[in-house]
Amino acid sequence: MALQPITSVNGAGNRGAHSVEPIPVVLHGRALEANRRIPLNLDWIDQVRVNTSAVERRTATHVARRTVKKDTQAAWLVRAIACMDLTTLSGDDSVERVKRLCAKARNPLEQHLVEGLGIEDLHLTVGAVCVYHAFVETAVKALEGSGIPVAAVSAGFPAGLNPLAERVAEIHRSVEAGAREIDIVITRAHVFGGEWQALYDEIAAFKDACGPNVHMKAILGTGDLMTLRNVARASWVAMMAGADFIKTSTGKESVNATLPVSLVMVRCIRDYAERTGMAVGFKPAGGIRTAKQALDWLSLMKDELGRPWLEPSLFRFGASGMLGDIERQLEHHLTGHYSATYRHPVA
Amino acid sequence: MSIAEKFYTMEYGAAPEDPKEAVAWLERHHRRFEEFTGGAWVKPLSGEYQTASDPSTGEVIAEVAKGNRDDVEAAVEAARRAQPAWQALSGHERARYLYALARQVQKHARRLAVLETMNNGKPIRESRDIDIPLVARHFYHHAGWAQLLDREFPQYTACGVAGQVIPWNFPLLMFAWKVAPALAAGNTVVIKPARYTPLTALAFAELAMEVGLPPGVLNVLTCDAKTGEALIAHPGIDKVAFTGSTEVGRTIRKVTANSARKLSLELGGKSPFIVFDDADLDSAVEGVVDAIWFNQGQVCCAGSRLLVQERVAETFYAKLRARMETLRVGPPLDKSIDIGAIVSPVQLETIRRMVEDGVAEGARCWQPRNPLPAKGSFYPPTLLTDVHPAAKVVQEEIFGPVLVAMTFRTPAEAAELANNTIYGLAASIWSENINVALDLAAQVKAGVVWINSTNQFDAACGFGGYRESGYGREGGREGMLEYLTPKWLRSLPAAPERAVKIETPDEAEGFTSAGLPAHATIDRTVKQYIGGKQARPDSGYSFPVYSREGELLGEAPLGNRKDIRNAVEAARNATGWAKTAAHNRAQVIYYLAENMIQRSDEIAARLARAVGAAQAAVEVDLSIQRIFSYAAWADKYDGQVHNPPGRNIAIAMNEPVGAVGILAPSEAPLLGLLSLVLPAIAVGNTVVAVPSERYPLVIGDLYQLLDTSDMPGGVVNLVAGHPVELAKTLAEHDGIEAIWCFRSNEEANFVRAASTGNMKQVWTNDGHEYDWFNPAQAEGRWFLQHATQVKNIWAPYGE
Repeated sequence: MALQPITSVNGAGNRGAHSVEPIPVVLHGRALEANRRIPLNLDWIDQVRVNTSAVERRTATHVARRTVKKDTQAAWLVRAIACMDLTTLSGDDSVERVKRLCAKARNPLEQHLVEGLGIEDLHLTVGAVCVYHAFVETAVKALEGSGIPVAAVSAGFPAGLNPLAERVAEIHRSVEAGAREIDIVITRAHVFGGEWQALYDEIAAFKDACGPNVHMKAILGTGDLMTLRNVARASWVAMMAGADFIKTSTGKESVNATLPVSLVMVRCIRDYAERTGMAVGFKPAGGIRTAKQALDWLSLMKDELGRPWLEPSLFRFGASGMLGDIERQLEHHLTGHYSATYRHPVA
Repeated sequence: MSIAEKFYTMEYGAAPEDPKEAVAWLERHHRRFEEFTGGAWVKPLSGEYQTASDPSTGEVIAEVAKGNRDDVEAAVEAARRAQPAWQALSGHERARYLYALARQVQKHARRLAVLETMNNGKPIRESRDIDIPLVARHFYHHAGWAQLLDREFPQYTACGVAGQVIPWNFPLLMFAWKVAPALAAGNTVVIKPARYTPLTALAFAELAMEVGLPPGVLNVLTCDAKTGEALIAHPGIDKVAFTGSTEVGRTIRKVTANSARKLSLELGGKSPFIVFDDADLDSAVEGVVDAIWFNQGQVCCAGSRLLVQERVAETFYAKLRARMETLRVGPPLDKSIDIGAIVSPVQLETIRRMVEDGVAEGARCWQPRNPLPAKGSFYPPTLLTDVHPAAKVVQEEIFGPVLVAMTFRTPAEAAELANNTIYGLAASIWSENINVALDLAAQVKAGVVWINSTNQFDAACGFGGYRESGYGREGGREGMLEYLTPKWLRSLPAAPERAVKIETPDEAEGFTSAGLPAHATIDRTVKQYIGGKQARPDSGYSFPVYSREGELLGEAPLGNRKDIRNAVEAARNATGWAKTAAHNRAQVIYYLAENMIQRSDEIAARLARAVGAAQAAVEVDLSIQRIFSYAAWADKYDGQVHNPPGRNIAIAMNEPVGAVGILAPSEAPLLGLLSLVLPAIAVGNTVVAVPSERYPLVIGDLYQLLDTSDMPGGVVNLVAGHPVELAKTLAEHDGIEAIWCFRSNEEANFVRAASTGNMKQVWTNDGHEYDWFNPAQAEGRWFLQHATQVKNIWAPYGE
């Protein structure tokens, strides 16, 4: 049975408040469906061509080609908040910290900013709250009634080296605990070894464990994969195996989300959509800390994939510190003077 | 629109660069600029002014002087006065001025960028991130050359006064490319900015005043094209440098034909952008954006001819069209604009007309639906498919945001299509296979080849074209040589003014080669040497060769245009010589020397009757040495590897020019001829050489040597006859890529004037008689430099 074309309002994690009307998910005029598993096509992996220098040049000039100012910039920064997976993934995470994070997720901007920007009607929240399994229940409870989904990192996060059965069981537990989004990590060794079937099977098993109503984001660990070609190949396998999102990094690698890595993944998403008619979301995570970076990524998504990929159903930032910088920028936008971090409530 | 609505639409919105500093600068000058002559603003002697506009609005933003011939006179005079003192400064002192200019450009970078965009219409992103940083880079780099000049160019001296004419597409960058090397080498300058875009050059003149550049070293002459012509024709100009259209380049060649001044031309192009099926197609699409939608496509090296491997063509076109939809055309001062304004309504009309003609010829035109501003000169990005090499839009430079696309099946076909053009400026090659990319890079006739990239520039890497894209290089060591001349050249005696007339048979009287004069001492028949074979002259005539004492030495074949035609064809068919390993070329040339040693006595004896025993002995001896020299050079005149910014190497290869026509000097009939033929063939050229009328019989000796030395047929072709007549055919022949004339001034002027058809390179004795007996002057790099052209292959790397 063919799925209905997805829109921004029926994707997971969307509360429908951000948009006046649903943004149809189209690419070059073609309506797209939500992704579902297709057989592994090794030709598509063989056909991967990535020229690193050219990709780097494109991203370096892209950020110089696009800028937004004044009200537009404010609107875009609000958009970044709506697409944010507010995240805490530290060894010293506590129930209190997670509660604090959830409070911030409900009200990411102070009331005077919301009023100053005139965005009361947006009922702005972040896209999701992302935590370890241990805090899923806490977060679910803290977010009750907000419509904000809880995302759990899973499947042996961050290294993904636990036995497969345990990783699958971990997903089950998080889903049972109320997580509506699962961020899995892949076995990087499968990529190095070119074991595409194994990689495909693993991701498919994770997706099965998530079930039909839980969105799965596949973290490729791009910092570990080292080369852009590896990133592209892993992206293809993850999409074919049925991932709803492909995500760059764990935040624990030495290099995390970069624009070149993101461009390569986004181009894979585009080619996949053109070939299959199905839309996959993208989540850059780790190392994105500033409002300026948020704008760079938003314009990259807009130019490479188009407006539908600026909806939280297809685009998320994995970030923790970025929200604070955005708040300060918005404060500056309204008052004309620069704010200090301590003046804004911590997450 | 409220923030909430903008949150929904997620459009870019306006992001204008504030022009107030640039406007304030214009206001400080009351929006009127005089000539910059002798270090000061001087009212034009013409009393006239012309306007400078903002092409994105059509509004006049300033008036600038419109100089006439009197202003040319004043500017050249100022430059001449300043030149000796400027050259007398130490390299270090000049380096400090150039360094100061680089610093000053950086300090005022944003004002210059905004001004450039206001006057030219290019997006501020480009003027800010590309043009102006490259301007500063060029002055830094050349401050370095000034510092190192004495050590790195010990045998060279400045040309004198440079007259420079630059185009409107990169106003300040082209200004920098011209001025920096000229000043570094010790020249002074009179430069004419383009009619439409004079403002940044004038802003630069002010920076020069601020750093205290000595008066007269830099003179900026704003005027119209006609007066510009008077500048380059001015006898007080020693060096002419031009960037612009091939058509104007041709005019400049004609205007300067009667003088020995040094010339460098950077002209038009129709550069191929070649995409193989194993390329990173998405990256190649971005390459196309940088190739043809950079500066609205008004780029001489724009990748304007897309060649895509058939298998991926439709995929690639689809990706390209999708990308074109996201290009933003609009006010160039907006920071989120990709394509700004066309420089003038005239240029806009030219682009429109060419596209219409293309469509009329059968091209399919595709343009995205991106909105264009209501006023100002704007043109949408355009893709023309279903075109063929015979179409005008494929052959001619459009100089606008218009890409023509064709397909190929094999690398050989790609090379054939890529080279099927009168131009040869640049090429871009996309493949993830280094073998494929480098193989094609070697085959493409272009001065710059970018692998998996496009439109990359750096002051250290020479830039310039093959064929009708001009000659000479800008940037790097080779660029410096364009503003230098050998010290010894000026001390040489003057070449004769007039060509020597030789006695030729009078057909009417039935003089034929059949009957020999009874008293002749002729013991053998000398023929032409074409394609490795002795050939009777097409004319069926011979002409007598006499010694200075009037003694008949023998008869030489009387070559005509058909002999030249045959010889050129043979030379063109022998291009395998260029691909022969340098070591093997050296072997053949050494072998030539070996055979000459064997026959040296008899060669000298015959030559002695023409030049006397003493000179003959020296000529033969030095010829053997010279042959050894060039055999030695054959595998040593290497290129360089540059390290431009980023993970990039640029391989500067010295490639042969092609088929070279040589008109040999008469001072040393054997040694002079060999001194020109040898450097040409040592680096892989093929030659058609005309021996001097003084002793054309030398052919007979030479072909015996060539025949026995394993020299492939067609590498050296020798045609005797009346040099002036043969020079005409050679100079006009489009199959000849360079012509070297080391004879009278009359012949040099004639060759210069006659060779403008295919813009072939001309090298002459510059009005001097070379000393062929002095190895320090008559062999080596100075000769090899002229026998080669530099191809810079950019190869970015990284996984």
